[in-house]
Amino acid sequence: MLTIGSPSTGAVAPPPDEHACAHCGLDVPRGLLEPDAGQQFCCAGCRTAWAILHQNGLERYYDLPDRRDRPVQSSGRTYEDFDHPAFHALYVTGVPGGLSRVELYLEGVHCASCVWLVERVPLVVAGVVRAELDVRRSRATVEWDPATTPLSAIGRTLDALGYPPHPFRGMARDGHRRREDRAMVARIGVAGAIAINVMLASLALYSGWMSGMEAEYARFFRWTALLLTLPALVWPGRVFFTSAWAALRTRSLHMDLPIALALAAGFSRGVVNTVADSGPVYFDGVAMLVFLLLCGRYFQLRGQRAAADSTELLFSLTPLVARIVGGNGEVREAPAEGLIPGDVVEVRAGDTFPADGVVESGVSSVNVALLTGESRPVTMRAGDDVFGGTLNVESRLRVRVTAAGEATRIARLVRQVEDGARRRAPVVLLADRMAGWFTATVLALAVVVGVAWMQWDPARAVDNAIALLVVTCPCALALATPLAVTAAIGRAARSGILIKGGDALERLAKPSTLILDKTGTITAGAMKLVRFDGPEWVKPLVVALEAESSHPVAAAFREGLGLQVLPEVESSRHVPGAGIIGRVGSHDVAVGKPAFVESTGAGRMNRPVPALGPGRVLSEVWIAVDGRVAARAWLGDAVRPDAAQAIATLQREGWSVGIASGDATPVVLAVAEQVGIDPRRVVGNASPEQKLALVEATAWRQPVVMVGDGVNDAAAIAAASVGIGVHGGAEASLAAADVYLARPGLAPLVELVQGARRTMRVIHLGIALSLAYNVVGVALAMAGLINPLVAAVMMPASSLTVLMVAWRGRTFVEARP
Amino acid sequence: MSVIFLVLPLALAIVALAVAAFVWAARRGQYDDLETPAIRAVQDD
Repeated sequence: MLTIGSPSTGAVAPPPDEHACAHCGLDVPRGLLEPDAGQQFCCAGCRTAWAILHQNGLERYYDLPDRRDRPVQSSGRTYEDFDHPAFHALYVTGVPGGLSRVELYLEGVHCASCVWLVERVPLVVAGVVRAELDVRRSRATVEWDPATTPLSAIGRTLDALGYPPHPFRGMARDGHRRREDRAMVARIGVAGAIAINVMLASLALYSGWMSGMEAEYARFFRWTALLLTLPALVWPGRVFFTSAWAALRTRSLHMDLPIALALAAGFSRGVVNTVADSGPVYFDGVAMLVFLLLCGRYFQLRGQRAAADSTELLFSLTPLVARIVGGNGEVREAPAEGLIPGDVVEVRAGDTFPADGVVESGVSSVNVALLTGESRPVTMRAGDDVFGGTLNVESRLRVRVTAAGEATRIARLVRQVEDGARRRAPVVLLADRMAGWFTATVLALAVVVGVAWMQWDPARAVDNAIALLVVTCPCALALATPLAVTAAIGRAARSGILIKGGDALERLAKPSTLILDKTGTITAGAMKLVRFDGPEWVKPLVVALEAESSHPVAAAFREGLGLQVLPEVESSRHVPGAGIIGRVGSHDVAVGKPAFVESTGAGRMNRPVPALGPGRVLSEVWIAVDGRVAARAWLGDAVRPDAAQAIATLQREGWSVGIASGDATPVVLAVAEQVGIDPRRVVGNASPEQKLALVEATAWRQPVVMVGDGVNDAAAIAAASVGIGVHGGAEASLAAADVYLARPGLAPLVELVQGARRTMRVIHLGIALSLAYNVVGVALAMAGLINPLVAAVMMPASSLTVLMVAWRGRTFVEARP
Repeated sequence: MSVIFLVLPLALAIVALAVAAFVWAARRGQYDDLETPAIRAVQDD
């Protein structure tokens, strides 16, 4: 029995560090430490997930070696639309035994322990019979008993565990793709079996050729090889002929053209010689080529699939069902696509807005991270604009629809992402670019060889010309790129850099323009207390008062001051957009913007502003105690520690680095100065649409790489030559990205760029080696020294060389396990 | 008449059976997901 990790003892081992979150293992902010509790949690999400695991006896999760290392960010959705008949009609199928089955796309599936946890959902939610996770596609198949358990309960559990589920749309397309993939695997199997058996038959022929063999045996083995190779060409090998034919008809260049040529030449010569009962046959080489080439093609296909799958998520951003408020105030449910401007809809806490609109009544906080990348909820009240796809966090709102369906802002963004992906011209890979002159050269050489040999030995002219065609088959050339790319992508993935396609690597290898988002990319994306200027005795008052608030400023104070013993708060009032005021430990305390604190009657404080370091733009917060300003504090979004160095490295390598941010221009400029970016390359106050325009304008002149983290960057990411999503971003936005950096900070970006350059070097080396083999082959064929045995040795030898280079080449540095 | 004329076709027939079994398995989706089962196997409890 194979076990990994420490043996389960049933009890949870105490976390190695007492300040580590019991669930995700990250450091717990000091303000959240609970000295008396047995476990510490970094956030409510981790606390919930930990509780679920413990209530269900799943503590063994913590023994798994490869569990998630980031806080659980539960979205808080109610998933009530999962129970709607319209949802069931679309996504749920019945299975025998009165059960139902649904396929869900899960966010946040990155590690092996996800499999363990998701597949134990039947133990957590009663009524779930089976849950199976396909870790590569992030897709879970769930079977449950609809009579006892609503699907929304399963949705909420998965969400609480950190895997927000989405229905998987496009099942029809998926079925088609799946059949295609299976046919590909079947073809490879058939081609492999045939290649090996033809090899065996040919081995007999070669040994007969060396030591003498009776004619009847030679004839038998020739015919055996012929009959075996024929199905390899008409079934698995047909793909090369159809694709070469298509390339010919559209007059485009493709590596399949010279491949089909070599296969056809080798096979027909073999047939002619078999029938004539003399001369060389090339069946072993042909069969081997088909097998090796199909393997290369399979690697390519798998990469493309991964890229296509992830765009799926963008379609499930808006809910299916809306709750429409009728003329008499009654609420009925209707499909969201039937909404028209002017309708009034009710959006409950935990629901996503079905359309764009204006708040009619109610006050609530709304999570608009989807559109702005801003993770803190925004307060919305009557008259405020809300957008479809964003999440209502706090309380019920009534919204008058202004734009629905295709006209909503999120629908337009999704469309821009799709357009960007489509418009991006398919990269003609280096090998394909060479196909044209390669074919021409080989054909010309074959003619030269044929004509030259006609002059002094007409009997061998055709054989030598054919030998040249076969031996120059660009098998190694066609393998060099997909193999090197697959190996590099695999290694990059193990060091936390997820790359969707090889074309991204090719474009990243040459320095061009790089545009970075600010919040969450260059900065950590969270408020931090930078400086506190005031007496010590004020601190507990501030922390106690801020403990009443969920505002990010409050969190920054709690974390930055980190006090444990706090005075009692008698009353507190939160003034949105200004600050918080209350009575703490028999003092009147006000904390907030200077103007707000002054308005409470506190006098100014006559002390100079302390030096805060160069170029920092910070929010100033005043603290008044009993009507007098007693302290001041400065808060800011801290620049990631590795940002300046990473940007300097990129600039040294020739990249032109710029910033496009939705934040106010002075703030963006200050950050740019801190990390050493030319202010002329900085754009502040940029809406998602402006970011897109900027990327498009730049891409017109030269390739542009966009790095961002929110859906507000998604369109720009999709339109860029290479789009990169960073750690901690909205997963939906990553659908548009070619590369996802799963580690925080900008250091992985440098690794990516350097790895891409090394990968291209490995590809070039592979191509050079295979061309060298071909040059030798051509020379031998011209001299008339090629026979089928030499060809049969040379072709796999060149492929193996390229394979070794691709596999062992230094591309990405693997993180040690 | 050598035995090879009998044995070789026989061997190829067996290969054909194996290939048929492989194609059947591939079409039934046995090779759809090559990663998750590997993880599952080492996580039994």
